[in-house]
Amino acid sequence: MNASVIELDNLQKIYRTGDVEVRAVNGVSLRIERGDFVAIMGSSGSGKSTLMNMLGCLDQPTDGQYLLDGVDVARLGRSELSRLRNLKIGFVFQSFNLLSRTSACENVELPLFYTNPHVPLRDRRQRAIEALKKVGLGERLYNHPNQLSGGQQQRVAIARALVNNPELVLADEPTGNLDTRTSIEVMGLFQALNDAGITVIMVTHELDIAAYCKRIIVMRDGRIIRDEVNAARIFANDQRAVLDASEQHASLS
Amino acid sequence: MIQALTSPLLRVGLTAMIAFRALRRNKLRSTLTALGIIIGVASVVSIMALGRGTQKRIQDQVSSLGSNLLVIFSKSRRTNAASAGSGQSGNLTLADVEAIRREVRSVKALSPEVTLTAQAVANGRNWSTTIAGESPDYLHIRDWPLARGSMFTERELRTSARVAVIGSRTSRELFGPLHPVGQTVRIKNMPFTIIGQLESKGAGIGGADQDDRIVIPYTTAMRRLTGEKYPRLVTLQISSDDLMSAAQEQITALLRQRHRLTDGRKNDFDIVNQKEIADTVNSITTTLTYLLGGIAGLSLLVGGIGIMNIMLVSVTERTREIGTRIAVGAQPRDILLQFLIESITLSLLSGAIGVALGYGVSAAATMIPNFHPSVSTGSIVVAFGISFAVGVFFGFYPARKAANMNPIAALRFE
Ligand SMILES: Nc1ncnc2c1ncn2[C@@H]1O[C@H](COP(=O)(O)OP(=O)(O)O)[C@@H](O)[C@H]1O
Ligand SMILES: [Mg+2]
Repeated sequence: MNASVIELDNLQKIYRTGDVEVRAVNGVSLRIERGDFVAIMGSSGSGKSTLMNMLGCLDQPTDGQYLLDGVDVARLGRSELSRLRNLKIGFVFQSFNLLSRTSACENVELPLFYTNPHVPLRDRRQRAIEALKKVGLGERLYNHPNQLSGGQQQRVAIARALVNNPELVLADEPTGNLDTRTSIEVMGLFQALNDAGITVIMVTHELDIAAYCKRIIVMRDGRIIRDEVNAARIFANDQRAVLDASEQHASLS
Repeated sequence: MIQALTSPLLRVGLTAMIAFRALRRNKLRSTLTALGIIIGVASVVSIMALGRGTQKRIQDQVSSLGSNLLVIFSKSRRTNAASAGSGQSGNLTLADVEAIRREVRSVKALSPEVTLTAQAVANGRNWSTTIAGESPDYLHIRDWPLARGSMFTERELRTSARVAVIGSRTSRELFGPLHPVGQTVRIKNMPFTIIGQLESKGAGIGGADQDDRIVIPYTTAMRRLTGEKYPRLVTLQISSDDLMSAAQEQITALLRQRHRLTDGRKNDFDIVNQKEIADTVNSITTTLTYLLGGIAGLSLLVGGIGIMNIMLVSVTERTREIGTRIAVGAQPRDILLQFLIESITLSLLSGAIGVALGYGVSAAATMIPNFHPSVSTGSIVVAFGISFAVGVFFGFYPARKAANMNPIAALRFE
């Protein structure tokens, strides 16, 4: 099991609308090793989301090869892809995508509901509660999304992403709708997940969010233009202290 | 192994719960949608019940005539009085009746009938009623018991005696609570001694009150009251059910011969078989019931379209939910099942309410006297079957639309 989690070879995604052809992802080759924490950056329209959707098996490439855990994803049918997503991939979206009028706990249980073989209700509940405790929401198990703050909602979404012990967590602008402090908290959670061995790939266009990651990839016009190790990595615990200090300073002056 | 078997079942159960909750969330909307099916099912169930009640009632009336009856009607256009004295063809004569009694062995009893409407006067009261001239066998043939007294005898028939058996209604009108037996009633100014009183029999076919009549010997009616020589009709009782058609044929042949009808000439009489009447009436009511039920069933179709409409709205509203479910690993068939179960739940629930309502209508209709509508198990099974089919049929398209959604587009849907 020393293969890379992700291996992309000349991956392409071409959208055709009428006569116009958009090469959203235009020849991306990439290896991501187990335990990595990757930020994908780039300006709007550079193909980040398109790439992420293909990594998450929500979309199929027009051309090129994608090996997930050594498996050629192009060979899999719709329902096999569903199964793969269920067992190996956790998603975190910019707009949370929680089911409304459904408790935090039930939202987190959702992936287990679709796991085959069947996970009994009790186990589902128990694992959902554990996941919610991990993200610090042990006290908010039965609140509905509209009773939670944005940061709390995103933490429920993260709990949902990790409840089925995925190998890979994919997050498309997870802090896009959050303020500075909750962004730091969410990044702290991702760092903790990553420390536990889960590979994390996230899209962001903010440099100070990318700074939490181990590796930064920059895209432009569907291609990777830079791919380097993050030499100046920051950590959520430190950042929180810095923020606390500066807020105190602000309130004093 | 057991896991592999129970898992899909468990999922159906869980999915049903999701569906149920989704319906409860939109109570008003679900109720309004359900209304179409509710009304449709309720109408089908109650129409079937009322149809059965009607049929039962008609059957009761037909069998209240007596059993194994044949009725011979004279077809002659001339009034009996005008053709008095002529024994020619076209009339049913008393000699014909005698011949039938002699020659057709399966005839158990018969009664020639002459009727007239006349004023009956008794006890200082006046009442217009039907006077029926019959034979002493008449009450046996009609399976009509006496409340008190007795029927007139063959002897009284032969002597054209002025004796009368009075119907319960007529008795009430003339004598109130008094017992009529032994009293005298004047018909066309002629005194008759009342020797018996009939049990009540209720309305006959066509709704006429069978209890408003006075039965006297047909000889008395013909000689003393009307002057007619020929009976209007003859009621015959055949000894057993399976001899009915044979008897009918025999009588036809006999009458044709007696009336000297050569081949190719039409019968100058009609023979009606009680069973045929029952069968005809039965088939008419059955056809009517199914026709009305079918028309009511059309509203099920309308209800189904309502369900489809609301399911399409629901799928669109929950696009992001669908996207999320697919992203976290729902198979297309899980989504399909979720929405299909939702529409089936909706239609079956509506069906159940409709059945209950149909029951209610049927129960209310039992308050009509002599009417006993009943909801058949068959119609309930059919109602549920149709509700289920409507749920599947009209839920399938929206459910498939949900299952085939592109998750990326669905997740971004505003
Ligand atoms: N479904 C689609 N149909 C057509 N063009 C699309 C579609 N999705 C994305 N694109 C185009 O592909 C390019 C990359 O989009 P995207 O991956 O969303 O960019 P990013 O996430 O980096 O902002 C854009 O030019 C966008 O307009
Ligand atoms: Mg994007």
